[in-house]
Amino acid sequence: MPLPDDYLTYAARQHGMDNPYYGWDPVDRREKVLLSDGTKATATIIVPLEFFPLNPPAKPFKHPGAMKTQYPDLRHYTVRDYGNRVGVFRLLKLFAATGVQATFAVNAEVARRYPPLLEAIREAGHEIAAHGVSTSHIHHEGLGIDEERDWIAQCRDVFPDATSWMSPARNESTRTVGLLAEAGFTTCLDWEADMRPHPLATEGGNVTAIPHYNELSDMKLLMDRSQSEDTWAKQITDAAEDHLLRHDQEGAGAFAFTLTPYVAGQPFRIHAVKAVLRALSSMEGLKVATAADVNTLFAEHLA
Amino acid sequence: MTHADPNLYDYWPYAGRPKIEWPGGKKLAFWIAPNIEYYEYLPPDNPFRQPWPRGNPDVVGYSQRTWGNTVGHWRMMDLFDKYDLRGSISLSIGLLDHHPEIIEACAERRWEFFSHGIYNTRFSYGMDEAQERAVLTDSINSVQAATGQRIRGYLAPALTHTESTLDLIAEHDFWYTCDLFQDDQPQPIKTKTGKLVSMPYSLEVNDVITYSVQGWSPDRYADILIRHFDQLLEEGEESGTVMCIPLHAYLVSQPHRLRSFERALQHITSHKDDVWFATGTEIAEHFRERYWDQSLADINARGVSTGGTGFAPAR
Repeated sequence: MPLPDDYLTYAARQHGMDNPYYGWDPVDRREKVLLSDGTKATATIIVPLEFFPLNPPAKPFKHPGAMKTQYPDLRHYTVRDYGNRVGVFRLLKLFAATGVQATFAVNAEVARRYPPLLEAIREAGHEIAAHGVSTSHIHHEGLGIDEERDWIAQCRDVFPDATSWMSPARNESTRTVGLLAEAGFTTCLDWEADMRPHPLATEGGNVTAIPHYNELSDMKLLMDRSQSEDTWAKQITDAAEDHLLRHDQEGAGAFAFTLTPYVAGQPFRIHAVKAVLRALSSMEGLKVATAADVNTLFAEHLA
Repeated sequence: MTHADPNLYDYWPYAGRPKIEWPGGKKLAFWIAPNIEYYEYLPPDNPFRQPWPRGNPDVVGYSQRTWGNTVGHWRMMDLFDKYDLRGSISLSIGLLDHHPEIIEACAERRWEFFSHGIYNTRFSYGMDEAQERAVLTDSINSVQAATGQRIRGYLAPALTHTESTLDLIAEHDFWYTCDLFQDDQPQPIKTKTGKLVSMPYSLEVNDVITYSVQGWSPDRYADILIRHFDQLLEEGEESGTVMCIPLHAYLVSQPHRLRSFERALQHITSHKDDVWFATGTEIAEHFRERYWDQSLADINARGVSTGGTGFAPAR
């Protein structure tokens, strides 16, 4: 039996995008964004704070970093927990030393379990973004709308003031962004469709997507691809320089990347994190800013 | 029924902990843990994990382990002698019978032994408590008979556990477990009985991870050890830290790798003024005597203790 006939019909085959959130906006022919304070580009540091249960479901796939061996996988549970106990405090110390503000994307489960950690982050003036319930709560198309709405409501209860959102594993259903708008979130860190912030349009209003570069993920580069700390660090600063160099031609840009506490917070990686933070905070025209601040900075251009 | 959280320890943020000082006012407790393992040629099946990834027999994997014991271990011993280091051996207890020559050479050097199960091809998965107890008494009695040492440390074979493992080792008066990786400082474990310390071991700088999993070069491995050491030494100024280098002779002692490793040892042993070169038991004993109560008090003062014991929270 071959495939059904309609497999060769293409309902959305037309000029532009086939998603409901944004249009086709190629970089070579659009108006430059010029920011009023002269900022040429922004870099947003995302620190994911995740809870990895010992008994995760694999629905619809295993969250990156989830348990790997037979239950009880104390090995991976404690290696991940190291980030929330030890690694994150190394990062906080470096942020304070370099005067950098970051966006901490926090699972509701982490906030419930580790209030002293949340307090330390708030006290230092960083942004707290909602990051779903836990790594066992991946938003996906098979999830019913009521359940997805409930998961987002749980986060809203735990983070009443949060304006930014990142989904667990950056995964969404086709309903997620609409539900985020409904719950009052204005910034989303799941997408990376452009070199500057852009709106995701929903019936309940716009949510701003700040480009979050998967190809700069510390987890991916240092763990999955086994790159060296120096190689990783250079790619982050190269990305920042590239945005700055293109400013005259293309206007202001923005990007975000992760510092995962159980990866970047390892003692032998701290020298590289330090080098990245120093380099970024000394680049002229580059602003290291939280997702919420980037959204504000670009606001007038996000119609 | 499974649990989301092992509840083996309480949340304890790294910032603001009360100060730990190692003997002589040292900042970093350094210990080095050669895994001296025996992998069976024809191990039995375990319903939860296949012993050899390619099935029995696995000549490449098996013979590399033999090389580790025949050649690699002796090279490592020479190197430790050169830098005046004592190992804390993570021992496959079965090796006492297979290779007593290695045990004698280590005992002569006053190295410490702790249990790493009977063979690294016999897993804890699926054992009942009586079976796990049998492994522990076999471990204690066999090392005692061969060396006179009463072992105090445990690392589950191939890092395989049951919910009971840590309760059982505490019940058998073990002082430290190397099975958990949540910290760079020791912490009390919430067992039903006993006084069991979670001892920082390491996966991140473990040669199995750096060489077999990550595939890093010998030079990079040495760089990582040096950076890891430098950072933990710096932090040890505030409150004493622990660094362990877990080793496997079949990996680190390879002819193309051992000299890079020596570079790291040179660096580490050049900091004698600030570093306490100790064994696992010595660190555990010091912590149990001086810092057990202080640590528990600080953990409880953070207001997020869950009470209860491993896999049995009070709330």
